Amino acid sequence: MLKGRQLPIMSAHDESAGGALIRFENAQRRYGEVVAVGGVTLDIAAGSFVALVGSSGSGKSTLLKMVNTLVEPTGGRVLFAGDDVTTVPQAQLRRRVGYVFQGIGLFPHYTVAENIAMGPRLAGEKLGEERIAELLELVELESDMASRMPDELSGGQRQRVGVARALANDPEILIMDEPFGALDPITRDALGEKVRELHVKLGLTTVMVTHDMAEALLLADRVLVMSAGEVVADESPRALLGGAGGEVAQSLVAVPREQAERLAHMEDNTP
Amino acid sequence: MSEIFDIMLGLGDKFAAHIVLAASAIGLGILVALPLAIWASRSPTVARITLGFASLVQTIPALALLALFFPILLSLRAVFGEDLPTLGFLPALLALALYALLPILRNAVTAQANLDPQLLEAADGVGMTGWQKLRLVEAPLSAPFIMAGIRTASVWTIGAATLSTTIGQPGLGDPIFAGLQTQNWALVVAGCLASAGLALAADALLGMVERGLANRQKWQWAAGLLGVALGLGAALYAQGGGEDEDTIIIASKQFSENLILSRLIGSQLEEAGYSVAYRDGLGSAVVHSAVASSSVDISVDYTGTIWTNEMKRTDNPGREAMYETIVQWERENTGIGILGRLGFENAYAFAMRADRAAQLGATTLEDIVPIAPQLTFGGDPEFFERPEWKAVRDAYGLRVGETRNFSPTFMYNALKSGEADAISAYTSDGRLAVDRFVILEDPREALPSYDAMVMLSPRIKDDAALIEALTPLVGAIPVELMREANYSVDREDEEKVTPDVAAERLAEKIGL
Repeated sequence: MLKGRQLPIMSAHDESAGGALIRFENAQRRYGEVVAVGGVTLDIAAGSFVALVGSSGSGKSTLLKMVNTLVEPTGGRVLFAGDDVTTVPQAQLRRRVGYVFQGIGLFPHYTVAENIAMGPRLAGEKLGEERIAELLELVELESDMASRMPDELSGGQRQRVGVARALANDPEILIMDEPFGALDPITRDALGEKVRELHVKLGLTTVMVTHDMAEALLLADRVLVMSAGEVVADESPRALLGGAGGEVAQSLVAVPREQAERLAHMEDNTP
Repeated sequence: MSEIFDIMLGLGDKFAAHIVLAASAIGLGILVALPLAIWASRSPTVARITLGFASLVQTIPALALLALFFPILLSLRAVFGEDLPTLGFLPALLALALYALLPILRNAVTAQANLDPQLLEAADGVGMTGWQKLRLVEAPLSAPFIMAGIRTASVWTIGAATLSTTIGQPGLGDPIFAGLQTQNWALVVAGCLASAGLALAADALLGMVERGLANRQKWQWAAGLLGVALGLGAALYAQGGGEDEDTIIIASKQFSENLILSRLIGSQLEEAGYSVAYRDGLGSAVVHSAVASSSVDISVDYTGTIWTNEMKRTDNPGREAMYETIVQWERENTGIGILGRLGFENAYAFAMRADRAAQLGATTLEDIVPIAPQLTFGGDPEFFERPEWKAVRDAYGLRVGETRNFSPTFMYNALKSGEADAISAYTSDGRLAVDRFVILEDPREALPSYDAMVMLSPRIKDDAALIEALTPLVGAIPVELMREANYSVDREDEEKVTPDVAAERLAEKIGL
């Protein structure tokens, strides 16, 4: 079903023990005097689901956007499957990296189908109706959505189309910048589950930026906590819940935990 | 009303010329503005410079901008050769295109600046190159706004194109200027209605395109474009059947006498079997070059005008010597042939109301010198810049209180009403006798003579049949008959006639 790309993903899986799909080598980004990301070094293994968590201005979005060069590093390197991202032809790189962001950015003058088919179209490939229907089905949208215009959709439907568009090129990695930030909680929860499911089903490598620690804990299998441009914690969700990761990480974990406890308390006291 | 309607029906070829000129100017404006807008959207410096330049151009009055292209093109002849036209279509096109630049450029730049940054991020995210982003995202989303700019530019350009009459490009300005010169308001209204109607039609069609683009209704913008294309096609077709090589083009300046004489010459030529076209309302400075370059074929010019404006002479050798010198000078320097003098002078002279002159005891320019600082002098728009005025000032030591410019027709009203104490009048003007104005004598002969001459372009000056047809006019028009003809056109009562009728009557009286 997923044509030709199945193999490299599988081989990426094989590499995951030793190699990394993404490698940050002392990656830095400065804006004048302001340091957005200050020397991050880490590997992201193929097939992993990584959440980048932190408060506003912690540098998590900047770090993420270095992967598809929407932000270029001012120091250090970012390697994608072993190649420096700044040396890979930009258009080619971005077709291998599915990108989903809070703004969604569906092109208002194209139908849903045309939006989804945009990536392949740029590569000179025409997506058939069947493939569009298949991609819509992946994100649980009816195939008759294909002919709608973006402004006829709800916010949740739009972001589903955004995810389908990011998957249309059979990307090796899906990077998501606060993908569910603007959605209502129910939609947000459902779409989060869906993305996790697609991650497993399609054998994707996924990096998601979020400020919501609960979302990160529930969806990811590795959580990176950023603060002031540095990665201050790199733990599994289980370890974080067990108290690892240090002060910043624990203060973020404390928020959903306390909420859950208070809710549980209220339930207990309900006659 | 029916008179206006009749005039409008006769404007077909002007209408077509107007459409072709305006459409070409807008087209050129678009061709220049869009690439500039793209460049500007990628560089704030370019945006500042281009928008600044376009705004600066907009502050120049359209009439001046059109006129400025005459000397510019004239100096460019050094580069492009003598065949570069300095009058007519080319300067009108360039000036109007420059004028159309601002609204298109500004809207395009604003549209680009206001594009949703998230869309641009998404475009980058899916892997678009700069060119793909422009073609697939920026251009289609900016299109309705750019179209709105083109719409504004079109309405402006169609209006401003009426002014191209003054640089010899026919259009809907022709009836407006002709009507203003002869106070024929029906002509003015007809020209304005036609131009306004054209602007409204263009606005409606382009508005349809704009809405079609905004609502993504293909049929709507396609229908609008089709309408524009049909209008343009019809205009081009109509123009294609216009003047051919053999047509003799007769120029006239912006006053009644010149207009009447152009019609008199035209009817003589038509009787001799020539086809004739008129370029009315040309600026005085432009006419001579137009004849020299054969852009037009015949004009009536005046010895004093050529003497001071073209030959830059300030001396005054006397009437006969001046004429002989001019004939020789034109033959040697411009190739213009002078058929001969018509028999009357239209010299500059200073006129006053008879009662006011009597009250001040003024009969000559010398009498006026001591009281001049308290007086207001009126002149036509070019008079106070002319060497004649400087010559008079120097010869008499004249220092005047205030100078004011009036269009020739309004100048006499100003004198009558006392807004001006003295005006620069013309000796062949019919209103001099009718309104009992007096002419101040010029004992020091500071003002040169102004014999009316028929000027022939190098293209036709050796056409024997043409010369034969026009020779009966030489020396045939006494100043009294010219005054009478001028007055019959300039008067404002029910006996007012068109220049054509005045020319006909004049022809009868001189026995043609």
